[in-house]
Amino acid sequence: MDINILAFGVVKEFFGSPSIALELQGELTVAGLKEELEAIYPDMKRLRAYLVAVNDEYAEDELVIRPEDEIAIIPPVSGG
Amino acid sequence: MIDIKILNEPLDTTGCIGNATDAACGGTATFIGVVRDRTDGRRVVRLEYECYESMALKELAKIAEHAVRSWEINHVVIHHRVGVLHIGDIAVIIAVGAAHRAAAFDACRYTIDTLKMTVPIWKKEIFENGEVWVSAHA
Repeated sequence: MDINILAFGVVKEFFGSPSIALELQGELTVAGLKEELEAIYPDMKRLRAYLVAVNDEYAEDELVIRPEDEIAIIPPVSGG
Repeated sequence: MIDIKILNEPLDTTGCIGNATDAACGGTATFIGVVRDRTDGRRVVRLEYECYESMALKELAKIAEHAVRSWEINHVVIHHRVGVLHIGDIAVIIAVGAAHRAAAFDACRYTIDTLKMTVPIWKKEIFENGEVWVSAHA
């Protein structure tokens, strides 16, 4: 089962795409997702910080991702 | 009344102030964010804003609802523009109407300060000799 991950701002440039698909193997937490992404896209480690949103809400590291969730990577925001 | 919009077109200052005012309001505090001509001495050509719209609207609503619970205010208007903006363009308007000015000023300040910290909107600064996503890197 693939999960779809939305990217915004500078992360879109790291991914080279506004979204990527990642194969979901077993139980994956938000922390686990961050580790996988940082392994595939080492540029993620250069960010000042970033958060993961699950279904439009900032998610804690312990949250377990389900296949139907909408996942987005949120680099430091700069609105206003 | 809470009025929240993310728009891909020029913002309407008069309309926002009107939506934040009624006969019970003794005043309206506004914050208008405008594109500056330089950052750290570098000349800015334009800004490009993007947002995660569904989440940004939810986060803006949380801010407005918190403001209404925390201060004696009658109206909160938050309009944010996205897309390509040039120097002098208005990027964001906050308008807060209240019976008394202290609550309006405080809620307006809270709203813009929190927006800048929590709402998934990003801007890229385009300079004459390069571009940078604001705040992305240490």
